[in-house]
Amino acid sequence: MTAGGARRTAWQNCVFALFWLSGITAMAVMLAVVGYVMVKGIPEFSIDFFTTSPRGGLSGEGGIASTIVTTAYLVVMTMAIAAPLGTAAGIYLVEYAGNSRNRVATAFLKLSRFGIETLAGVPSIIFGLFGYALFVTAMHFGFSLLSAALAGACLVLPVVVRTAEEAFKSVPDAYREASLSLGATRWETIWKVVLPSATPGLTTGIILGVGRILSETAVFYVTLGGSCRTPTSIFSSGRTMALHVYYLAMETRAFDKAMATGAVLVILIIFVNLAINAVSKRLSAGGNRS
Amino acid sequence: MGTDAPEARLRTVDYSLFYGSFRALRDITIDIPENSITAIIGPSGCGKSTFLRSFNRMNELIPGVTVTGKVLLDGEDIFHQNVVALRRRVGMVFQRPNPFPKSIFDNVSYGPRIHGIRDRGTLAAIVERSLRDAAIWEEVKDDLQKSALALSGGQQQRLCIARALAVEPEVILMDEPASALDPVATMRIEELMQSLKQKYTIVIVTHNMQQAARVSDYTAFMMTDEERAGNLVEFGATKKIFTTPADRRTEDYISGRFG
Amino acid sequence: MTRKGIIDEAMRVVLLCAGLASLSIVVLIGLFILRESLPAFHEIGVWNLLSGKEWRPGQGQFGLLPMIAGSGLVTLGAICLGLPLALCCGIFLAEIAPTWIRVVVRPSIELLAGIPSVVYGLFGLVVLVPAVRQIDYPGNAGFGLLSASIVLAVMILPTIASVSEVAIRSVPDEYRQGALALGSTRWEMIRRVVLPAARSGILSAVVLGLGRALGETIAMIMVIGNSVMMPTTMGGPLPGIFLSRARTLTGNIAVEMSYATGLHSSALFATGVVLFVLIMIVNSAARALMSRNVRGGRP
Ligand SMILES: Nc1ncnc2c1ncn2[C@@H]1O[C@H](COP(=O)(O)OP(=O)(O)OP(=O)(O)O)[C@@H](O)[C@H]1O
Ligand SMILES: [Mg+2]
Repeated sequence: MTAGGARRTAWQNCVFALFWLSGITAMAVMLAVVGYVMVKGIPEFSIDFFTTSPRGGLSGEGGIASTIVTTAYLVVMTMAIAAPLGTAAGIYLVEYAGNSRNRVATAFLKLSRFGIETLAGVPSIIFGLFGYALFVTAMHFGFSLLSAALAGACLVLPVVVRTAEEAFKSVPDAYREASLSLGATRWETIWKVVLPSATPGLTTGIILGVGRILSETAVFYVTLGGSCRTPTSIFSSGRTMALHVYYLAMETRAFDKAMATGAVLVILIIFVNLAINAVSKRLSAGGNRS
Repeated sequence: MGTDAPEARLRTVDYSLFYGSFRALRDITIDIPENSITAIIGPSGCGKSTFLRSFNRMNELIPGVTVTGKVLLDGEDIFHQNVVALRRRVGMVFQRPNPFPKSIFDNVSYGPRIHGIRDRGTLAAIVERSLRDAAIWEEVKDDLQKSALALSGGQQQRLCIARALAVEPEVILMDEPASALDPVATMRIEELMQSLKQKYTIVIVTHNMQQAARVSDYTAFMMTDEERAGNLVEFGATKKIFTTPADRRTEDYISGRFG
Repeated sequence: MTRKGIIDEAMRVVLLCAGLASLSIVVLIGLFILRESLPAFHEIGVWNLLSGKEWRPGQGQFGLLPMIAGSGLVTLGAICLGLPLALCCGIFLAEIAPTWIRVVVRPSIELLAGIPSVVYGLFGLVVLVPAVRQIDYPGNAGFGLLSASIVLAVMILPTIASVSEVAIRSVPDEYRQGALALGSTRWEMIRRVVLPAARSGILSAVVLGLGRALGETIAMIMVIGNSVMMPTTMGGPLPGIFLSRARTLTGNIAVEMSYATGLHSSALFATGVVLFVLIMIVNSAARALMSRNVRGGRP
């Protein structure tokens, strides 16, 4: 037994050494990518880089000012559509359809779950395809912020609905019972008790959606057009920072500018992640203190 | 039932409840007198909670529940009333303390607020009165903005009682309100019930025989029949149920022979 | 009805509408894409579409096989390169790494999973493509399946590692203690108890990674070369096929969408349908495989 034990322990040490190696390799590989972009990109930062707009054409000259504005517009517009819709749908699914004895409601719930699960696994270019054909062409919105925001909203809707559902489900039933037993209507219960308790979870979903829009390229590649000017209306074409990276890399070969823009994106994503961690820390710390 | 009993406040007539096809309560007929404490006792799973939750229609929240028979509050069928208005008249305290994740003040003022009271001064007065009635005022008066979740279990339960009192119900239902509490907190809640019964009609579910004997004026004993449906075996003045029960099963249960 | 009752009912209806709207968006996307792709399936024929080797929209030739092969091979390459590393990394983080490593590495991996794909594509374009170009092989330009597979492998690494790590970590400690109390080494415990218990979670991680690989668009356009051609070995040994240029299904849609009309446009929708079906097949295959492999564990 002890001999076998020693052999088995030796074997374990070999295997564990392999795991250490692969853990370190994986980290090294991933850090190499991000590190490279940061090291090449950050030295390009300058006041000019952030305050001037791309010159356009093949030069790759200019900064990223207009792309920052476009990204901000697009994030706000997309979330203005997706967040209320997704949250409301989440409420309906959990608070009404979820505990209904009505056959139709139950079928609706199942169908929605299935649809949202499916949609969550659909590659983003398919949303682009849909958005291009419906919003850009059929509805004549053209390559514009509006088309892009609508397509983007379809893209993040599953994320928002799912996290909203999770957030509402994690509110203890005891809160609802207590509220109802005091003579509150269902809506009062949702508005005054369930929603406040679900806020951290809902926030997480919205931040996730923002991150998704920041990093999405394919959908906007086929809906936003790619003009490097600052948009003046919702029917303006434009380019997000991620799209700008693509155009710089593929059309101008201004790799240094592309790296710098990529570095800005990475930094933004770091902030998004920090925000999510901060919110979920509040979530796990127990009830919110009002 | 003795004719000396005060007027019935709550009454059920041939009341049955089904979870889907499972019959949880069978043909229960009972008169619950006002300004008194009625205890419901019986073995686990006999339908006490289900029965209690019938009085404020909380069972409706569970999909698939159907009922037959009548439940009357002051002679009026509660199923024909507006459920929100009904629940305002019939308050409930749950087995586990369930304060909202809000401040103490917001917890107690929740009910009055949704019933349309906006004035800060009026709310403050209601909060103080309710907390005093629930015998927790002295412990929390210094910091009403503190989160209710920071209170001890016993304090939370009394806070929940205060929250129920704040909407000025006529009937208070309590489902094993002391089961999660230590003996001291339990005693405080029992004292509290004694003082509350001047103003309110109280129905309490308990597993604790001594508690039922100590605090209640009337006792209902429930048990399941062969089909696991809950039946009302015997109902009467607590003293009579605990000393000279009419039914053999009641006697067995109270003396601890089964259940 | 009271005022409250009216508000309550009104809100119910509003929320119901939101639910219906969300659902109808889902249905709308599905129906719309199907409808738009119908002419292609009808006029070109499903079989011709799937097995045709020529894609020349100008001449009315719409064969998707090169793109199917491209997507398939690049995903295969990414899985071969990335999956073992990713799973080992997940196991390492969940079971073996000391706490301080976990504390640092876990959030970084989550961060890496959120890095925009265009950044990975840029890295591939600037670093990998020139490096691959150094390989002396006929027709090798650096752009192609190998570069694309490496980029993709790096992209799916954090996704698979972090999701599988969470799955492994959520196995209850009692299982571990039970196994150790029976005299297992920690490795035996991991292999015989922890991994089987976490298998459905690990499977989801793999499925997620596969989906991400098949669905990736921008990074692929940037490094794969985008030529419509069946990947070939150029007469060399079989692995040489990875030095071939190719185009993915996703890339096909993105590159041609903005100028396609008529049947061409419909064929791009058909490309989307094929892509979607491919992802569904891969998902269910992965699920079937896993559930057959390990039976008798926790459901
Ligand atoms: N939501 C439900 N769905 C289906 N059946 C239920 C539900 N709640 C309770 N039951 C069943 O109804 C019966 C009575 O349950 P109830 O909770 O009222 O019993 P109880 O007397 O309060 O028990 P305890 O003393 O353990 O609290 C039990 O057989 C139980 O399984
Ligand atoms: Mg009970």
